[in-house]
Amino acid sequence: MNIWSALEPSLLINLTIIVPLIGAVLVVLTGKYPNLRETVSIATAITLFTLVLGITDNTFNQITMATTWVSLLSGLEIAFSVEPLGVLFALVASFLWIITTIYAIGYMRGHNEQNQTRFYVCFALAISTVMAICFSANLLTLFIFYELLTLSTYPLVTHAGTDDAKRGGRVYLGILLGTSIAFLLFAILGTWVSAGTLDFTPGGIFTDVQSDGLIALLLVLFCYGIGKAALMPFHRWLPAAMVAPTPVSALLHAVAVVKAGVFTILKVVIYIFGIENLSQIMTTDLMLYIAAATVLLSSCVAMTKDNLKARLAYSTVSQLSYIVVGALLASSIAAAGAALHIVTHAVGKITLFFCAGAIMVASHKKNISEMVGLGRKMPLTMVAFAIGTLSIIGLPPMAGTWSKWYLVAGALEADKLIIVVVLTISTLLNIVYLLPIPIKAFLTPPDENQQPWSRAETIKTPLPSLIAIGITSTACVALFFYPQPIIDLINLIPDVSTEFRGQS
Amino acid sequence: MFEQHFPVLPIVLPLIAAPLCMLLGRSQLAWLLATIVSGISFCIAVSLLMVTLDQGVLSYALGGWEPPWGIEMRLDVANALILSVVTGISTLVLVYAKDSIATEIPQSQHTLFYTAHLLCLTGLSGILTTGDAFNLFVFLEISSLATYTLVSLASDRRALTAAFRYLVMGTIGATFILIGVGMMYMKTGTLNMLDLAARIGEFEYNRTLNTGLAFILVGVSIKLALFPLHMWLPPAYTHAPSAVSAFLASTATKVAVYVMIRFIFTIYGAEYVFYSMGMDVILLVLAIVAIFNCSFVATVQSNVKTMLAYSSVAQIGYMILGISLVTTAGLMAGLLHIFNHALMKGALFMAVGAVFMRTGSADIKAFRGLGKTMPWTMAAFTIAGLSIIGVPLTAGFVSKWYLVTAALEQQHWMIAFLVLIGSLLAIVYIGRILEAAYFKDPVQSASDKTIKEAPLMMLVPMWILAVANIYFGIDTSLSVTAADAAANWLFEPSAQAVFQSASQSASELGAAR
Repeated sequence: MNIWSALEPSLLINLTIIVPLIGAVLVVLTGKYPNLRETVSIATAITLFTLVLGITDNTFNQITMATTWVSLLSGLEIAFSVEPLGVLFALVASFLWIITTIYAIGYMRGHNEQNQTRFYVCFALAISTVMAICFSANLLTLFIFYELLTLSTYPLVTHAGTDDAKRGGRVYLGILLGTSIAFLLFAILGTWVSAGTLDFTPGGIFTDVQSDGLIALLLVLFCYGIGKAALMPFHRWLPAAMVAPTPVSALLHAVAVVKAGVFTILKVVIYIFGIENLSQIMTTDLMLYIAAATVLLSSCVAMTKDNLKARLAYSTVSQLSYIVVGALLASSIAAAGAALHIVTHAVGKITLFFCAGAIMVASHKKNISEMVGLGRKMPLTMVAFAIGTLSIIGLPPMAGTWSKWYLVAGALEADKLIIVVVLTISTLLNIVYLLPIPIKAFLTPPDENQQPWSRAETIKTPLPSLIAIGITSTACVALFFYPQPIIDLINLIPDVSTEFRGQS
Repeated sequence: MFEQHFPVLPIVLPLIAAPLCMLLGRSQLAWLLATIVSGISFCIAVSLLMVTLDQGVLSYALGGWEPPWGIEMRLDVANALILSVVTGISTLVLVYAKDSIATEIPQSQHTLFYTAHLLCLTGLSGILTTGDAFNLFVFLEISSLATYTLVSLASDRRALTAAFRYLVMGTIGATFILIGVGMMYMKTGTLNMLDLAARIGEFEYNRTLNTGLAFILVGVSIKLALFPLHMWLPPAYTHAPSAVSAFLASTATKVAVYVMIRFIFTIYGAEYVFYSMGMDVILLVLAIVAIFNCSFVATVQSNVKTMLAYSSVAQIGYMILGISLVTTAGLMAGLLHIFNHALMKGALFMAVGAVFMRTGSADIKAFRGLGKTMPWTMAAFTIAGLSIIGVPLTAGFVSKWYLVTAALEQQHWMIAFLVLIGSLLAIVYIGRILEAAYFKDPVQSASDKTIKEAPLMMLVPMWILAVANIYFGIDTSLSVTAADAAANWLFEPSAQAVFQSASQSASELGAAR
């Protein structure tokens, strides 16, 4: 499956970062011809995915890949190296980029959006920085590209250029830059000064030299500094960013940006603190309960939202905290569940966002209360929505089942019954706020007073969008039956395993 | 043969060229001469920096009179670094000024502008190069008088009151410095800096010297606009011609910071100033207050030049903070920020100058919609703005990294945190401008005349600085090495007392790196 095997393995890392950049340049050059421009976009996305597949192949063959760009500050470099967790995230992001590009073609044309070239360029830039985040070899590199991701997605969030978009963009930039400069950079500098290294090392970099209080403080700073993980009370940017066009919300705010956040948290927990040492840090439990509270509270907020995208946004906040909970449970199986949840939540949530976008393009409906009976008009879309819903809730036969399974198993292994309770309640809340949407769409009889739908009004989802929705909803089901390749990959991560070790 | 005179050339060349500009009489010719002279000075300064990095220190006896009796020109890495910045910025500003002053200064006074600019450059180079405390005061006055002229050249009549205010405060500062130098002379009988350092070291505790230090520090603080002595700066930078603001913001206050470093570390010695006199706490508190107060004031300004001026005062706070940490790392961070801040503020003021030229206003309203009409100018503004905020891969990030690291090494967690919080305010004041430029539609009244992109002669220097912001954010080897060598050099008292051993240790340091 590795068509790039002729190339130097380490070169693949450079290519994954550079290929989207080249794509961005080509998109600018072909901006005047929409068909050509979108062909270029898709070709770039597919090339990138094959590159990541090549890296995956090398990872399974235990080939080490690393590269250094420049030495930035004394003893600190912009350097990249491949480890399984990064490969996992890169796979998700690059695969869904292809799908989102296909979807975006239908959406952006159907919606007659302005500045489409700028949109595709920023999209490619954002993916390039995500790839760099995936393969960062140290915290400084990760931080640099984390910030660049924020900046490159800002034009996407404010794409509409309206007052709402501007306000959303201000909150987005303010919270993300604010937390990362005030807390994350501070935590990184504190780590650098106290530990003398920022390299990601299996088992963590802290030794007995650092005081307990310091490490405890650093954990809190990391958890809140990584604002993209949307831990309460720094979650406001996510709903605010929903003013963006739906493909942006779908890829960036269900996959790339938010997952970059939780990915960073997982990476810091596994490679900076070390899962084994986590339980000895005094603030771990505090942050764990804050994450658990975020799970519940944001689910409650989601129930009150009538705007579909806003409800999905709060659902995302809640689901992200699942991953934070998994990371902080200090159990190898929970960490595996968290890593798996990156994948399963991505496919589930992107399906929901795609459907929301399709509904908006086809019937111009944004609010859930208006979607009664929509199942008759857009049956395929609403079936896909139902599949996504079930996957988020975590019911078989959907992908979401597995990640929830491992998270609960991890909570049991860590002897944290309260987390099991929280996960159960949250599942019920998911049912309450998500399931009524497809139920209303299919099962409510059409309102007598409403205008009967004429044929002229018959709604068609744009074909490219429909294809994209089909692929992601299929993936939701497929990952239930064939999760093995992904689980194999997760088992390669140091200190992470899906084997239940039980009480020892 | 000729090279031995290099240390004095950055002073002598502009000094000779200044009256020539006046005599040439034609604006074009004066511009050409001034730019060439400034460019040559820059090349000399860079070669001097290379030499000092290699050999440690260069001493030049003016007129062949041996120090400590004659005036000594003395270059080490610290002042060679800042000299390169000053002459470099001066050259870029002169290239930029040709089109910029055409709209802001009456035609008849153009030669006067170039003359005053060159005199100011003379003064600044002199302050940086001299090894004589009284001579330093003389050059300070030369540069200050030239600066008052430059500020008042603007056709806006408010510039006159701003210049007058600047004149009054600047004169008080200079007088204080003179009194302080006088007191040192009274006690030690010498004016050569090294000689002074050696003799002051002999005194255990002396009230005259302490008073002298107090006068000098207050005087210098006025000159470098340390909070709360900064009130002269915002009006002066606001109403001065754009080219003058760009030059002063990135050089004049930096040179004053250098004077403070020189008096504290070379003459009195860090131990005396910080441990016996406890100045570190005072400077530390004032620096923090400056960062917060002035950044906050900057967020509510409607005139962009005023906003940048307040931002400058806040950034000076970062430099003073570095000094007040009393470590090599802190001093190095301060010096590095002098270098990096010159790059950012130069580019920002140039961009605002270009906007002022095209729209006739520096108000934030004038920036509306400029993202479309003046894309290159606003792109340069964005890059420099991101650098002020301290986004990674820009020069500002490098300064901030070293400053916070220096604070953390001293276990000053709170200070490190405050520095980072302070930079959040920069997001607000830079963000306001960017939002206006990229998201707001132009004001109706301005739309009857179409706004064009700035002329090429203004864009090129602006972009050189913008690109330098990114370059020095990625390849830090030059700036960091020089700042590090300078800080080590200033911090080692023994290195300054005995010349021979000093040059050796410096070259060892260079070799080790």
